[in-house]
Amino acid sequence: MASLRRNPGTALTPEWFADIRINAPAVERRAATLPARRSLKKEWQAAWLLNAIRCIDLTTLAGDDTEARVVRLCAKARHPIAPEIAEALGVEGLTTGAVCVYPTMVAAAKRALGNSGIPVASVATGFPAGLMPLDLRLAEIRYAVDQGADEIDIVITRAHVLMGEWAALYDEISAMREACGAARLKAILATGDLKSLTNVAKASHVAMQAGADWIKTSTGKEGVNATLPVSLVMVRAIRDYVAQTGQRVGFKPAGGLRTAKDALNWQVMMNEELGQDWLSPDLFRIGASSLLGDIERQLSHHVTGRYAAAHRQAIA
Amino acid sequence: MPSVSEIMDNLDYGPSVEDSGAVRDWLKQRGPFGHFIGGTFAKPGETFTVRDPATGDLLAEVSQGTAADVAAAVKAARKAQRGWAGLSGSERARYLYAIARHVQKRERFLSVLETLDNGKPIRESRDIDVPLVARHFYHHAGWAELRDAEFPGHQPLGVCGQIIPWNFPLLMLAWKIAPALAAGNSVVLKPAEYTPLTALAFAEICRDVGLPAGVVNIVSGDGATGAALVAADVDKIAFTGSTEVGRGIARTLAGTKVKLTLELGGKSPFVVMEDADLDAAVEGVVDSIWFNQGQVCCAGSRILVAEAVAPRFGALLTARMARMRMGQPLDKSTDVGAIVDPIQKARIIDICAQATDAGAELVGGQPGEGCFIAPGYLRNIGPANPGMVQEIFGPIATLSTFRAADEAVELANNTRYGLAASVWSESAAVATDIAARIKAGVVWINCANLFDAGAPFGGYRESGFGREGGFVGMLDYLAPPAPKPAKITTPTAPVPAPGAGNAQDGIDRTAKLYIGGAQKRPDGGQSYAVPGGLAPFGNRKDIRNAVEAAGKAAPKWGAMGGHARAQVLYFLAENLSQRRDALVARTSRAEADAAIARAFHYAAWADKFDGRNVQTKTGHLVNVVPEPYGIVGITCPNEAPLAGLMSLVMPAIAMGNVVVAIASQDDPMPALDLYQILDTSDVPGGVVNIVTGPRDELAKTLAAHDDVVAMWHAGDAESLQTVETAAGGNLKPVWPVTPRDWTAADAQGRMMLDHAVQWKTIWLPYGALPAGAGGAAY
Repeated sequence: MASLRRNPGTALTPEWFADIRINAPAVERRAATLPARRSLKKEWQAAWLLNAIRCIDLTTLAGDDTEARVVRLCAKARHPIAPEIAEALGVEGLTTGAVCVYPTMVAAAKRALGNSGIPVASVATGFPAGLMPLDLRLAEIRYAVDQGADEIDIVITRAHVLMGEWAALYDEISAMREACGAARLKAILATGDLKSLTNVAKASHVAMQAGADWIKTSTGKEGVNATLPVSLVMVRAIRDYVAQTGQRVGFKPAGGLRTAKDALNWQVMMNEELGQDWLSPDLFRIGASSLLGDIERQLSHHVTGRYAAAHRQAIA
Repeated sequence: MPSVSEIMDNLDYGPSVEDSGAVRDWLKQRGPFGHFIGGTFAKPGETFTVRDPATGDLLAEVSQGTAADVAAAVKAARKAQRGWAGLSGSERARYLYAIARHVQKRERFLSVLETLDNGKPIRESRDIDVPLVARHFYHHAGWAELRDAEFPGHQPLGVCGQIIPWNFPLLMLAWKIAPALAAGNSVVLKPAEYTPLTALAFAEICRDVGLPAGVVNIVSGDGATGAALVAADVDKIAFTGSTEVGRGIARTLAGTKVKLTLELGGKSPFVVMEDADLDAAVEGVVDSIWFNQGQVCCAGSRILVAEAVAPRFGALLTARMARMRMGQPLDKSTDVGAIVDPIQKARIIDICAQATDAGAELVGGQPGEGCFIAPGYLRNIGPANPGMVQEIFGPIATLSTFRAADEAVELANNTRYGLAASVWSESAAVATDIAARIKAGVVWINCANLFDAGAPFGGYRESGFGREGGFVGMLDYLAPPAPKPAKITTPTAPVPAPGAGNAQDGIDRTAKLYIGGAQKRPDGGQSYAVPGGLAPFGNRKDIRNAVEAAGKAAPKWGAMGGHARAQVLYFLAENLSQRRDALVARTSRAEADAAIARAFHYAAWADKFDGRNVQTKTGHLVNVVPEPYGIVGITCPNEAPLAGLMSLVMPAIAMGNVVVAIASQDDPMPALDLYQILDTSDVPGGVVNIVTGPRDELAKTLAAHDDVVAMWHAGDAESLQTVETAAGGNLKPVWPVTPRDWTAADAQGRMMLDHAVQWKTIWLPYGALPAGAGGAAY
């Protein structure tokens, strides 16, 4: 665990983002043509879908979560596709990138995952709205870490972005980063609440400067969650941050990725905009719950030539 | 084939090749191809081979059209045209609609065929070319339906000869055929020699939808076939292709009264301001010069970047270029396919070599095996470098810098072309201003190479004239209501007389030219006898001086706005009215009244000949705006010396043009009477310049002047030929003014203004929020 990539962050450096210009229609054009410019078929499609599984933060974040539910999720994370399909594809030891749960479910998840090596991510900081006193939010992080969480998905105070209070945002995330200790931090920007792509870009930069190890689009609870245009803006911010600091930061789209085609599209975007390193779970995660089922169906079709029924696949 | 787990280790894309079996079967079964004439495919004649540029493989044998083939096709078109035009708009619309539907039903087939024939990536033919083809026919089905309501009194032209290029074979066919048919014309179309196959597939669609025989005829062949079509008995030629060939066509057609529209080359500027979204601009380059292997007449091939952001832009551009995939066109992951032919590849390499010999540095752009050239750009390049002057027509842009907006515009306009431009700035104030200043028929703000059937497309300057698409495009396939025929008089040969000046009412009055708002003696120091005395005998130097004076007046007059111009024209009308008695005495009551009426009429129009906001794609504000040409040369009718001049000069200046008018040769004195009235009416000096003397000589000099942007000529066929030939030098449009009774009420109106403006289409995609957030749409 000691060799895990971390982003040490930088001092708040507004000049890296103050003049940023984002043309929304142009972002959308690029996002619309990206998937059409690259095509993955047959073995290549299967391989990229399996890679997507490696990058999934298999998630349950519902008010009715129970320990048993989390245990089931963890079982799916350890064996994301049916053994006969995995065997036919010639892959061994495939797991999801992590599981993602509420803080109170971390301990159960850790137990269920045992020595599988699958990290447990916990949301924290008053997820999803984040409108709790800062000390309580920091306490929640420490609680989750104490429960054994390997990764913490924090939410930012959207108001700081909407009001252009970059120093306040930076200080908040820095404090959260410190509270995480050895756990790696994903900063959820809740892009659907930030509205403009310029806000998304600026918030991305501040989060990275404050030491986020990943920047993440959404809680899954906003009106609009991960979209390709928003993701494009965030990965370009990552590209610029890497160019400035040499430090690599990961990306996590969450909410809204439901189909195997989505998984391919986002991977193509990562590959085209950031390069192949950003196709590994260290730098790319997909926050999803139902996505895995669709990927499994596609893989099953690839192996058997038949379209699979959902009831023949193990649910998460 | 690698295993799945091996692919997981390197995560490359792998092959994804579109199946071309059905297309190859069709080619085998249908070839060798004859022409499509009168609704059937003729037996193949002498054939030439058509090859897949990506592999060099033979695709088909296609007939080389002879003059006899062309004549047969024109005859079939002529025979069909009357019946076609006789159908109701709704009936014609149904055929166009059926064609659109059939294109959609065969979209896969047509995309694959286009890609095989042309070498363009299947992504482009599938996602761009073929959908735009369908859109074009849908849109023009609507124009067929609405023609009589929207263009009252207009008639189709008859038989249209259409010659199209190889870069967007089926799309250019659609741009040509759809408006022609909607208006009620029949067509003979010659596809490019390299890429005739989708036109032949289209012929099958025409047959399948039951389009009346002869309405669409396709004759394949090379330049000789095209020349035969230009020489044939057609009513219009529409040509898209190189500027040199276009110039030749214009010369051939000089004096023939065959209507002509030309869509020619370009070296379009791509202006990146310092406040641009640079990532967006870099993608714009991808969509411009690295689209269709750079074989795009409107490609933003001259990238001009603000010095302040040039290093970052260059770095982003180079990084993006490295991600471009060159490869087999049928592979769905290919960005850059094959150049259309080895000859074109050699030409691109040659121009790049000239550019580097002259000191430029080529980044990327290396030739590959076969017909492939990697994307690239030339840097360290100045405006005089051949690489920055010539249209490379390959995936190679030029990259240079500017300091501020004024220099950006100056560099952007430093070209003989004027097809398109792309402007990148996040400031609406900056972007729209630059868009207004660039001389080009299409300006894309924060986008590039967007097309739509409703958005007129066409050039300024030596990029041609005429528009394709939308309301304006329809006008190029229609004839306005004809005025009552009138006789024209050939001027009597002027005899220069020594001396200048003549006594009138006992006081000597010196008749001079009117140049730059001042009365000037003719350069030659000669006069000639005319009714009422002696008139100045102008010569080429007087024309030169008049054009220079007009050029000085043009920017301010063009930019002062319709309201201010209207006030000047109303004041002029007022002053003309005050002098009515003198004007009547000099001419006639009818002429004087017509002259006064023209001033009032075009004062009224000055602020009302509006552009349109057209519907294209959602989220795009697309404005089609009329702009003055600048300097317009006018040969005034020899008859009706006052009314004729006023009927032409008033609409021209109302739209913001400045004018050099050659007055009636036989009777110039009424024009001379206008000088003082113009002076007292606040018409700025140089807006109207009047030269008298030998009409045809003066007109020839005026038409040949490269600073004159458009020419209106009222004269006989012989002089028209001289003028149109001379105009070919800078490819200025010539309006052969129809003779008419210049005092009649129908000698004024909107149809005059159609000749006084060139249309600029400005695209502005908007969006404060990502799409899907809802909101208003223009």
